[in-house]
Amino acid sequence: MSAVATSRYVAEYGALAPTLPGQSLPWLQQLRRDALTKFSANGFPSPREEEWRYTNVSAIEKRLFTPALKQSSGQVDADWLKAQQLDDAWSVVLVNGHFSTEYSQLDSLPDGVTVISMADALVETQDFATLLETHLGHAVNNAEHNLVAFNTAWFSDGVFVHVPAKQVLTKPIQLLHIVTEADAMATTRNVIMVDELAEAQVIETFVGLDNAYLTAAVTEVFVGQNAHLTLTKMQIESEKAYHFGGTYAKQSKDARFTHHNFAFGGLLARCDIHTDLDQASECELNGLYLGVKRQHIDNHTRINHLKPHAISREMYKGVLDDRAKGVFQGRVIVAEDAQKTDSQMNNRNLLLSDDAEADTKPQLEIYADDVKCGHGVTVGQLDEKSIFYLQSRSVDEETARNMLTFAFANEMVDKIKIKSLHDKVLEQVLARFPQEGVEKDWL
Amino acid sequence: MLSIKDLTVNVGDKQILKGINLEIKAGEIHAIMGPNGSGKSTLSHVLSGKAGYDVTGGSVMYQGKNLLDMMPEIRAREGVFLAFQYPVEIPGVSNIYLLKAALNAIRKYHGLSEVDAMDFLTLVKHKVKLLEMDEKFLYRAVNEGFSGGEKKRNEILQMAILEPKLCILDETDSGLDIDALKVVAEGVNSLRSNDRAFVMITHYQRLLDYIKPDFVHVLAHGQIVKSGGAELALELEEKGYSWVENQVVA
Repeated sequence: MSAVATSRYVAEYGALAPTLPGQSLPWLQQLRRDALTKFSANGFPSPREEEWRYTNVSAIEKRLFTPALKQSSGQVDADWLKAQQLDDAWSVVLVNGHFSTEYSQLDSLPDGVTVISMADALVETQDFATLLETHLGHAVNNAEHNLVAFNTAWFSDGVFVHVPAKQVLTKPIQLLHIVTEADAMATTRNVIMVDELAEAQVIETFVGLDNAYLTAAVTEVFVGQNAHLTLTKMQIESEKAYHFGGTYAKQSKDARFTHHNFAFGGLLARCDIHTDLDQASECELNGLYLGVKRQHIDNHTRINHLKPHAISREMYKGVLDDRAKGVFQGRVIVAEDAQKTDSQMNNRNLLLSDDAEADTKPQLEIYADDVKCGHGVTVGQLDEKSIFYLQSRSVDEETARNMLTFAFANEMVDKIKIKSLHDKVLEQVLARFPQEGVEKDWL
Repeated sequence: MLSIKDLTVNVGDKQILKGINLEIKAGEIHAIMGPNGSGKSTLSHVLSGKAGYDVTGGSVMYQGKNLLDMMPEIRAREGVFLAFQYPVEIPGVSNIYLLKAALNAIRKYHGLSEVDAMDFLTLVKHKVKLLEMDEKFLYRAVNEGFSGGEKKRNEILQMAILEPKLCILDETDSGLDIDALKVVAEGVNSLRSNDRAFVMITHYQRLLDYIKPDFVHVLAHGQIVKSGGAELALELEEKGYSWVENQVVA
């Protein structure tokens, strides 16, 4: 990171700081100052750092993305917006990093369930500010890496979701992050809390108009005892956009966390998914990344088995074409105390062109002695036996390859239980790998 | 329909088929029997166009055309169907999707319009019933998690729907219990017609109790060493393959 680029961002920050939410909260001011100090010292992450060795972010230094002001968050085309929204879901819309009351649709949320703008939640008089003091910055801290610090310093808004104990939400909540302006920077901080015995499904969609822009989002997740959260990330940013998004979860005892990560968009996209597992909790991390042209898509996962009897299942699949590059770095850490851990991590990559690249690095760090941990990684082409089988049934080779590639990706889409979301993701996959003359129900 | 002359095939440096001659007419059922390693499966693979086999001599004419010049999918569209010894599992592709893609590829090749969705479902469901299969199979991924018997039944289902002219059954009976064998045999028998020929490749005589062949050929060491009628299979059953293998040496 050049010092010049860093100082440009820091100078911009100076002008912006007084407008950022949480001015009246000393703890947050402290957190932001600490973040700024870290960012000022080292700038954006460098490929010299082990966790960033495959992903060079220097492209975002060459241009200065500027935060969109709330009042400039203009109109969004109604039809386009509707096309991004899920039917039958509570919908939060963030435009250029600001919560939009106008476009959000939160009617008939059950009593006790909170879905509000982060800026509103961080007002001193609100009870939420007290709750956030012990949660914001507690699932991840500024030291994680400098894009987290960047987010902490700059975040302009976000969403605070709180599902109280025993509440089972009947509809999903969609957090729709939209960027409409060129060269804009959308920096949101989101906190999702699902308390004891509650159940919720949340979808984070990241999408934008056909511009170059920067998304730097951090979502902190707290799943209470025996609660279950299914969180789906649908990253379909513009193909000129830069996306940095981290999801950091803390799971209490017996908690379940299911995460689906669909990384389809962006010129350069980096996603971090971390979770800390308490006793007998379970996590399932699923991912699908599709890269074309010169896309660079990086997914980092970290599963911390901290206590005994927890279960983790992870399956990430990538399909890379043209000169696209996919990165998967998956770490599973089993603490000394985490006996009887049951963990399985898999990453499978399909390369469709000679110039496409997959860098995969699964890491197991095991400090307990009575555990069951496995991992598997493949980087390869389509199975020739399968191609021949389809050919022997009259299907030409090109169609056969297309069917098999689609099938490879569709296996991850099939894991989505919410019908409207499933169909939305399927639509995206079909746009990449069109399947002719087939009913959608047959896929 | 099919005329194989002096066919020699290598896999790598090793000659597997050493001059096969075989004439098959429409309406006939031929059984090719032989011990393991005799070249039975190689023959079926070469006919269906699988890669990895080097045809070093001879010819294969199918309905007056050079079969060996055709891509595998063209052979299939021309009416050649191979029921695999080991059907491939294809996760993520449903049976019904494959069936429709296959049927439409064949229709298009012959200048016909795509099959109507309703007609297609009616046809498929009728055939599913015929093979005593559960309709749910249609919506499951091709062969994924199927038992051995289910896989073989699925091959015959595809055959019944695609209505090929030349059906090659590669060890369709292996791994089947007697009930599944009867169902598969009934499926095959229901497809018998004057314009369709069958080549059944099998190690065991048992299948021929249910599908009666017109001709039986014994393949050993890459050559057809003996040909005869259905009674030859019974003789083989009684005397074992060593009987014909010894004749070759002699």
